[in-house]
Amino acid sequence: MSVAAATAPTRTTAVPVLRGYRFELVKLAAQWRLRLVLLACLLAPAVYTGVVSRQTSLPADAVYGRWMGQSGWAGSLVILVFMGTLVLPLLTCVVAGDIFAVEDRLGTWRHLLVAVRSSRRIFLAKALAALTVTLVLLGALVGSSIVGGLVSIGSHPLPGLDGHAMGSAELCRTVLLAWLTALPPTLAFSAVGLLGSVALGRSPLGLLMPVVLALVLEGVQLMPVPAALRVALPMNAFLGYRGLLTSPTQLETLWIGVGVSLSWAALATYLAYRLFVRRDFTDLAYDGSGRRFLVAGLAPLAGLVVLTTFSVAVATGATGSGVDRAKLETALATSFSHLYVLQTDELHRPAVTKEQLQTSARCDKGGDRVDDTGPGADWRCVVTWTLPGASATGTAIYQLDVAADGRYVADGDGPKAVNGYFPIHTPTGDAPNPLWQFDGFVDLLDTPPRGTR
Amino acid sequence: MPSTAVRARGLTKRFGDVVALDGVDLDVSSGQIHGLVGPNGAGKTTLLGLLLGLAVADHGQLEVLGAPAGESLALAGGVAGFVDGPGLYPSLTARQNLSALASLRGRVDGSRDAVDELLGRVGLRDVADDPVRGFSLGMRQRLGLAAALLGEPRLLVLDEPANGLDPAGKRQVHRVLTELADSGVTIILSSHRMDDLTALCDEVSLLSVGRVVFSGPVQKLAAESGELDHRLVTSDPAGARSVAERTPGLRVLTGRRSGSPADDGSLFVRGPQASVEDLVVRLVGAGLVPRELGPVVSQLEAAFLALTGAADEEEDAR
Repeated sequence: MSVAAATAPTRTTAVPVLRGYRFELVKLAAQWRLRLVLLACLLAPAVYTGVVSRQTSLPADAVYGRWMGQSGWAGSLVILVFMGTLVLPLLTCVVAGDIFAVEDRLGTWRHLLVAVRSSRRIFLAKALAALTVTLVLLGALVGSSIVGGLVSIGSHPLPGLDGHAMGSAELCRTVLLAWLTALPPTLAFSAVGLLGSVALGRSPLGLLMPVVLALVLEGVQLMPVPAALRVALPMNAFLGYRGLLTSPTQLETLWIGVGVSLSWAALATYLAYRLFVRRDFTDLAYDGSGRRFLVAGLAPLAGLVVLTTFSVAVATGATGSGVDRAKLETALATSFSHLYVLQTDELHRPAVTKEQLQTSARCDKGGDRVDDTGPGADWRCVVTWTLPGASATGTAIYQLDVAADGRYVADGDGPKAVNGYFPIHTPTGDAPNPLWQFDGFVDLLDTPPRGTR
Repeated sequence: MPSTAVRARGLTKRFGDVVALDGVDLDVSSGQIHGLVGPNGAGKTTLLGLLLGLAVADHGQLEVLGAPAGESLALAGGVAGFVDGPGLYPSLTARQNLSALASLRGRVDGSRDAVDELLGRVGLRDVADDPVRGFSLGMRQRLGLAAALLGEPRLLVLDEPANGLDPAGKRQVHRVLTELADSGVTIILSSHRMDDLTALCDEVSLLSVGRVVFSGPVQKLAAESGELDHRLVTSDPAGARSVAERTPGLRVLTGRRSGSPADDGSLFVRGPQASVEDLVVRLVGAGLVPRELGPVVSQLEAAFLALTGAADEEEDAR
């Protein structure tokens, strides 16, 4: 080897971020665990939608689960529901939650720093690489779930969450947009993963931080917390897509979710960056610091929750649970009228329009002794409508199970000829009466739903 | 190239209340192999970390390849090496590790030929396509050395480069390092192994609790060993003890045992080299056959123990 002939001292310049980014991608691509995860993302949704769509028992607990046998688009929406509970946070654990910790585990920090010469650029390269891989995994889930559903069932119309009929073109656009709305909260959980990975090093808690956060937030969502707090949590942003499935769309909650998620992503990334560039890499005993994580990591995020909750409450005037009688009556009447039109069409009866039906609903929660507000399975509603040319009004009874996040399941309670169970012959095969059981949702924020009635 | 590759004056580094380096002075000439030796916690890795630019000293001045060390990670070009293990990615193969690193550093020849040449130099060409996760510690050390050689450094900083190497691997690494030094590359390495230092280093610095207690040629360090303990095996242990007790300047050590079965019947004595030689003459004169006679530890090791105070602790323990 010949020695460099330089005589004057020269300084090593830091490696450009792009080279560091490629280096990180090479390392991530070589991990068999990530390869398995990618394979699972490519196959599992397609297999699930393909198999479950052909079953007689469908996952009716999930929004659109009961429609999986009738339209290939329903499968992708069901997968999206599952993803938003724990799967996407889990994916961010595998990628972002490990991308810094792996260097601690392998003892390669000093080696990497000597090569790159800039902790700031290492952070950027790692964060970008984690983002890229997360996007690839998310893309695989989207593609697989859509392809699986369309191949097994085909592209057929579906009712929206307000019952309005959606054709293939609208479904394609809406399903893709729905998946796109999952991106901001996924970024938020990725950033939390980066923070855990930087702050807690080899600790399993650092790796699992996004899932731990998701579980905590799920727990909060199950409690009767005010609507302003509920929509100010990044977990709620996974539900924002529901506003796209109505006509007209209800985007207020969606935009708030996007804003909240991006705030979380920005703050958690900044906190991770600050912790990382201040780390002393010559301290061989360093293995993360729980105390530092609490003070410099969790405390600012808790502060963000308080700030966003306050902002949402002030901006929207939302108080209480966000579920009340007026909203339910409006939402139920709207869905009923749309689905009645669909039922009429499927039964080849004389066509009617939503406007001709003049549908209204009257709801009560738990009898006279209970306030007609808040979630619960004890909502009972009477829907009335008028057919064109008829002097009498029709009535139908529904039992509503209303969840704290605003979703409800309406279960027909008679008369059987209207909302009981009976199969209907459709071009895609036998389907249950659309008025028998259906999903809907109410906007938790206090602004009145638009375009209902 | 400056004649002094590394010049440190009064380097001090603390980690909280722990003083890792306490006023360290160091001079390493270009093209020299300089050893850092000292007990655990002496500050060797911290000093190597400063040389690699992983941290900056709290006080003092450090000049590397003619450029003063300023902020962290901003050292002179041409410095490479590793501390605290060679830093490899187990899911990548040996070749992929080097190629990815070459690509990361840029302006480094990461072509297959160049990588293969480096792998051949450290004796790993046959396992170039094997994942590093299956490598032994010695193989990792050699691959770490190859990684450090990417980009033809002018100063190589290595933390325990011979750790885990078998005799053949050690010879290979020694040969590579010697060739590098011959071509003008300065090498600073830490080691616990005195035989490595003797075989490789022109000069050594001995650190103890953050201070340099010796710095200079290896031969000079050996002279610091003082009186050495010797183990003596004869045809008549009792007779030999009697002769040894009468030998001027020699002290018979009682209770000195290494725990080895080979020590049964051995006699341990301490004294200057002249007295030990006198003992041999007296044994032969008394009709006793000295079967084995040699220092219990090497001169360098004895110097290490004497200068770091470990010898006194050992004595106190007895």
